[in-house]
Amino acid sequence: MLLQQILNGIMIGSVYALTAMGATLIYGILRILDIANAGAYVAGAYFGWYIYLKTENLVLAFVLSMIITGLIGVLIHRFIYAPILSKPRILPIVPLVASVGLFTLTGDLARLIAGPGTKAYNVDFGVDVINIGKLTIVPAWILIIVLTALLFTVLWLVLNKTKLGLAWRATAEDADIAKAVGINTNSAMALSYILGYGFAAAAGIMVGILYNSITPALGEVPSYKMLSIIVLGGLGSPVGTVIAGLFIGLVETMLSAYNLTFIPKDSVAFVALILVLLIKPSGLISKTNKI
Amino acid sequence: MGNYLITVAVNIAVFSLLALSLNIIIGYAGQSMMGHAAFFGIGAYTAAILTNKGVNFWLALLVALVISGTLGAIIGVISLRLRDDFLAITTIGINFVLVAMFQNMKLFGGSLGMAVKPLILFGKRATAIHFLIILLILILLVCMLIRKMNRSWFGLALASLRGDEGAAQSFGVNTSQYKILAFIIGTSIAGLTGGIYAHRMTFIFSSSFAFVVSISILSMVVVGGVGTIRGPLVGAILLGAAPELLRFADDYRMILYGGVIVLMMRFQPQGLLGENSFVMNKIEKYIIPLLKRKGGESNA
Repeated sequence: MLLQQILNGIMIGSVYALTAMGATLIYGILRILDIANAGAYVAGAYFGWYIYLKTENLVLAFVLSMIITGLIGVLIHRFIYAPILSKPRILPIVPLVASVGLFTLTGDLARLIAGPGTKAYNVDFGVDVINIGKLTIVPAWILIIVLTALLFTVLWLVLNKTKLGLAWRATAEDADIAKAVGINTNSAMALSYILGYGFAAAAGIMVGILYNSITPALGEVPSYKMLSIIVLGGLGSPVGTVIAGLFIGLVETMLSAYNLTFIPKDSVAFVALILVLLIKPSGLISKTNKI
Repeated sequence: MGNYLITVAVNIAVFSLLALSLNIIIGYAGQSMMGHAAFFGIGAYTAAILTNKGVNFWLALLVALVISGTLGAIIGVISLRLRDDFLAITTIGINFVLVAMFQNMKLFGGSLGMAVKPLILFGKRATAIHFLIILLILILLVCMLIRKMNRSWFGLALASLRGDEGAAQSFGVNTSQYKILAFIIGTSIAGLTGGIYAHRMTFIFSSSFAFVVSISILSMVVVGGVGTIRGPLVGAILLGAAPELLRFADDYRMILYGGVIVLMMRFQPQGLLGENSFVMNKIEKYIIPLLKRKGGESNA
């Protein structure tokens, strides 16, 4: 029973981490809270659904949807965020409001184009459940855990082993200095959006497959849960985001499995967030000592 | 038709008060408050519970004001410890947690919402027009308060605080005290508005105080013009009347709403009527000289 819940929690937690990763990568570079990342999650789920409907090829659905959503992210940065951030002396709330506007737009565009009803993925894995001893595993869980691990490995390799990743880390450290020593900060920003929005798209498809339904309101819960996860992870730290995502996933599953919730499950993340902010404002994993 | 217009006007008046009060926190004190609707809700539920227990309406409003102001003071204290982004997320969180509480606790009527005892004024049940008059008087008072505030030491301190907090502190401005005060004033006005709203609706749901509502209020402030009195008022009128005017295009309403917000932030982050905005520059260039010339002629 406990093992079952832990597995459950890890599965939910890895979706959370994947969704929040985009927001972390973008915060790391641009220092803005991009709620529109939850819009990428919705858009990705719909693109994936449409491609899977037409081709019946799940790999193609994942790859194409991630690429399309990632490219939309680059365009959004190029034509909306970059001009906003280049203005001197803007209120800190301006980019945040813009991202809320973008998020509203995505959800409603999905509703207008695909219709307000739920859409089903109907992915057939061949078996319904796999039983190992007392453990019950749904094939979609394996897909989610394996794919998330794979994507995070790719992210780790890109950030730590490539020149582009070095540019990303340098820009995240200090954008002005990075520019001054000749690093192409624009490509680092584009990388944030391609990877970030792409990951959110993958997370959207995973959730679509897991619950076998997507609606235009799909992004509402992730839009705010994502925020608490990136803060718990220490804002802008990819490793912290993974840990925080898994942590929230596990806590939520445990609390609802053992009926310990006095508050609704979805607000657990925020209660944790408010407590952590008041006790340790730099987040669970602080990166203040990093050079 | 007359009733319909009054209903729309009441709605706009409620949002004008909310936008004006949010602007005190965001525009004047420069704090990223993203959960204003929570305080609107606290006021609404407080006043509703009290009048349902037989407390006088005006006394209930006063208690609603005090309670939301006190909770606002707590957020103010929290804001001293958190930077912009963290404060924004925390206030979003508070909004979500509070709405979840409204929705799940018996005290607040649970998911079915809560009936509110209708207000009796001068022996008769109050109608929309009474509420409109009360709200308009309040708007006038709040505008006067903000004007007075801006010209006082408090207003100057807030201006220095949003300009450069460190510099303000080094000149001996007690920024903490003024920040908390701005939060108290803003949230207590929101609470008061909530109390009136609850009695106007006579039935309240948790969804009326959700994060989406906070975003609507925020949009009114930023579309109109942050840090001015005219801005939030014009924003509330424009965005408050838009759903009614756009009834025929009901399907595209949220798209327009989202699109307008994105375009405003992209091209006019200071708002339509903010300092140095497109509209204000045009007014200063064409209309003010016109008025001046007229004034000059009459003098001569």
